[in-house]
Amino acid sequence: MSEESNSSTPPMGPTGPSAAEAREQMLDIYPKKTLRKRSKQILVNETPSTPAEIGANSRTVPGIITQRGCSYAGCKGVVIGPIYDVLHITHGPIGCGWYSWLSRRNMNKIRKEGETNYLQYSMSTDMQEDHIVFGGEKQLEQAIQEAYDEFKPKAISVYATCPVGLIGDDIHSVCRKMKEKLGINVFGFSCEGYKGVSQSAGHHIANNGVFKHMIGLDDTPVDFKYKINILGEYNIGGDAWEIDRIFALCGIKIIGTLSGGVSYDDITNCHMADLNVVMCHRSINYMAEMMETKFGIPWFKVNFIGIEGTKKSLRKIAQYFGDKALIDKVEEVIAKEMSEVRPVLEDVTTRTQGKTAALFVGGSRAHHYQDLFNDMGMQVIAAGYEFAHRDDYEGRDVLPSIKVDADSRNIEELKIEADPERYNASHAERKKSLEEAGFTFEDYEGMMRQMAKDTLVIDDISHHELEKLIELYKPNVIGSGVKDKYVIEKMGVPCKQLHSYDYGGPYAGFKGAINFYKEIDRMTSSKVWQLTRAPWHEAGDAPATETAEVPVGA
Amino acid sequence: MLEGTTAEIRERKALRVNPAKTCQPIGAMYAALGINKCMPHSHGSQGCCAYHRSHLTRHYKEPIVATTSSFTEGASVFGGLANLKTALSNIFTIYQPDIVAVHTTCLSEVIGDDIPTIIKKSKVEGIIPEGKIVIHANTPSFVGSHVTGFANQCEAFVKYLAESSEETKNVMNLFPGWVEPADMRELKRLASLVGVEFIMAPDTSDVLDSAMDGKYEMYPDGGTTVADLKAMGDSFLTLALGPLASTPAATTLEKKCNVPHKVLELPIGVSATDAYIDALRLAGDTSVPKELERERGRLIDMISDMSQYLHKKKVAIFGDPDHITSMVSFLVEIGMEPAIIVTGTPGKKWEAKIKEICKPVNEDVVVHAFSDIHYLHQWVKANPVDLLMGNTYGKFVAKSENLPFVRFGFPILDRVGHRAFPTLGYTGAMRLIEKITDAFFDKRDREDADQDIELVL
Ligand code: SF4
Ligand code: SF4
Repeated sequence: MSEESNSSTPPMGPTGPSAAEAREQMLDIYPKKTLRKRSKQILVNETPSTPAEIGANSRTVPGIITQRGCSYAGCKGVVIGPIYDVLHITHGPIGCGWYSWLSRRNMNKIRKEGETNYLQYSMSTDMQEDHIVFGGEKQLEQAIQEAYDEFKPKAISVYATCPVGLIGDDIHSVCRKMKEKLGINVFGFSCEGYKGVSQSAGHHIANNGVFKHMIGLDDTPVDFKYKINILGEYNIGGDAWEIDRIFALCGIKIIGTLSGGVSYDDITNCHMADLNVVMCHRSINYMAEMMETKFGIPWFKVNFIGIEGTKKSLRKIAQYFGDKALIDKVEEVIAKEMSEVRPVLEDVTTRTQGKTAALFVGGSRAHHYQDLFNDMGMQVIAAGYEFAHRDDYEGRDVLPSIKVDADSRNIEELKIEADPERYNASHAERKKSLEEAGFTFEDYEGMMRQMAKDTLVIDDISHHELEKLIELYKPNVIGSGVKDKYVIEKMGVPCKQLHSYDYGGPYAGFKGAINFYKEIDRMTSSKVWQLTRAPWHEAGDAPATETAEVPVGA
Repeated sequence: MLEGTTAEIRERKALRVNPAKTCQPIGAMYAALGINKCMPHSHGSQGCCAYHRSHLTRHYKEPIVATTSSFTEGASVFGGLANLKTALSNIFTIYQPDIVAVHTTCLSEVIGDDIPTIIKKSKVEGIIPEGKIVIHANTPSFVGSHVTGFANQCEAFVKYLAESSEETKNVMNLFPGWVEPADMRELKRLASLVGVEFIMAPDTSDVLDSAMDGKYEMYPDGGTTVADLKAMGDSFLTLALGPLASTPAATTLEKKCNVPHKVLELPIGVSATDAYIDALRLAGDTSVPKELERERGRLIDMISDMSQYLHKKKVAIFGDPDHITSMVSFLVEIGMEPAIIVTGTPGKKWEAKIKEICKPVNEDVVVHAFSDIHYLHQWVKANPVDLLMGNTYGKFVAKSENLPFVRFGFPILDRVGHRAFPTLGYTGAMRLIEKITDAFFDKRDREDADQDIELVL
């Protein structure tokens, strides 16, 4: 959807006030300081082609019901957790490790007999009071030893939780010591939950750690003509496997998908790729940049959510390699896949056309999924991220003007230089000549440019704002997360969880698009909401009577 | 499935693998949700609160609202006073609860934030509006488990709110322990049937199993009211169900308001339910209605009908101490043989108690507190059992060992029944028997050779 394609329906759908008025109503209830803060984070998308400045990646006001989680969740939960053959140890009291145990649907499987899928395990130091008082380093060291003795993994990673940072345990020196002692890769992440303002800080910390401790360890050449990495794809519901399927058809080798469905060996070898393509810009742009600086691998943004995005992304990758055979092959694959997608989409669109959706989730999905809704002729009236930054809203061209605040300054920026031996100058040359021909790299134009004029953009939406939005517009479907799901559904609006996919999926690629169309069709056509009315509600003269629920003293 | 798990058990002193417990605040949050118009508030970084809300949501498939102090690095260094004050101001303005139940997290505990003082200051400064209440519970997770967090929150209700007017009323207090909303409803039904007037706290029925009617209420029409919490000080007796979850509240109430208390095991199974009913009868000076006796009789009938399938079947079970104590008693009652029993919550005395319960059927039962599911799995590999019982995480063990599996305890993230049907009381026990025998029969029907398939079982 863009400015030009403005149809006769108002930007906020057939009913309800203007976006500006809704914004006022959302802000109305807040105390002064909270109001000041929230008003920067709620915008009317008045000039989509030159997006206004949005408040993002700033602290959540205490006491506000937020969707956001912590840096540990972003680091262990999102970026590193999916690597199935690394043994993950959470250093801290039991909860953090417990909640991140299989609760995110980053699917993975062992590749061969004899391997262990550590995603099914939750390991932690289960710190007790004396560890807090006297320090937990010894406990951590022992835990690493015990994990090694019992499981003999090829690598062990350690994650610090809030109390660990406060008591000052030096997890990195413990990791170094154990790495030497055990002769396997052992590395730590200082991803204490109080760092930064959301999961986002954890993504950055994770990127740094993966880059320092895994990338570039294995220089074995990959004997394939077209080889790429997909960054920022986490294989929720099998998305990465669907993308794998498409690339296999096209004859393109994916060395590593960071980090969905990936193995430790894939990651250590993935600097042998010719190209990095980035799905979730928010969680992994750091990696793309660092790999380019060190190894010369160019990157650009792709999107395999929605058929338009998928087609465009495949074509761009083929053009990057510039090989006629590949370009033709990609067209052939697209044509074949589309012959399956088209009839489903046509059928579904007869029911979904003109319906409305709102999306509040993550750091890229609230943007990516707009494509799928647009495929179905649905109108996205409001959207926002849970933990993204301004560039994810306004596009990367605002990067130079983003001020680094105190919360972000504490996250290390690695100083990367070109690798004297392994920097691949031919990639850089190819990039240069392509750029001259109008090809774009390091490109992300952000969510707001693609949203219709006068729709709502809401960063880190609060419970109150979400309730207000539903009350005013009753969208036909909302894409959100688990904490909001049942709030939304109690109000009679179906909610699609876009973190867990409600245990469905995949939704990426062509087959994924079919799944998604059918799912949204089911949700927006569901009759269950009508069942909330009993026949006697219609009778008018026979309301249910309030009896004491438990007759006391009967 | 769990490929790295072998039958060889090594002693682990520092590494927890596949825990059978989680952290205190989630228990505090669950308890606070059972108070009418109460906002649970997590004083710490926002990650803990997000995790607790998500986890409870997955278990109940209901909205779980709670707020957080959203600590950043600064608050972690300088203390959370400012964050909590801002939070309270926002909460009372925007979400308008009657009461806010603050619980701490590991972080605020390590920092050492003094919550009562912050509450006092907030009152003086007018951040807490007239007539509104803020209470707190300390729930550091490097102590205890989610169950003790629940217990601490229940105790905080009493500490802050129970009042005695010196005039004892003919009302009994009921601390239900950490049980499901459906179980809380069942406890109330049973107490009403026996004819006892009572106040139950907390009460999550009609809060965490609220009806779908197209409207969202942040504070559904359920939960113990603040007025009732206050009135608990005037009751003539407290029944505390589940020693670990309910004793602290009951003893504190006795100390504070002179209400005598009696601790009972959770009414799971025949004798534990009998004990509950009998305690109600004695307390209310009433008699047990015929209807309830018939309910009990139907349970006994079912046990008798199914006993051939249950007899001496070996069970591996993990979960929370209070749940397990009663469940193990029930298993013994119906002729089954608990083989290995594990909880993540610390408790040496509990181990001894469980061994005592199992003695008539299995002198060699293995019982471990402060242990984990990985240990249980390893043990089962070397010592085959017939049935596994535990929370959802057990499904991986069940799959890898091809064991019939009955989901029981907290959390259950992949089935729906625990939200609707009680496992407490006589009817709850019937449901448990159904689940256990179904698990056996389903496996048999699926795996038996054609010539062995039975139509009738
Ligand atoms: S820090 Fe403590 S309270 Fe927070 S999730 Fe971890 S164990 Fe639980
Ligand atoms: S303690 Fe810190 S690391 Fe653990 S869940 Fe809470 S915020 Fe996250």
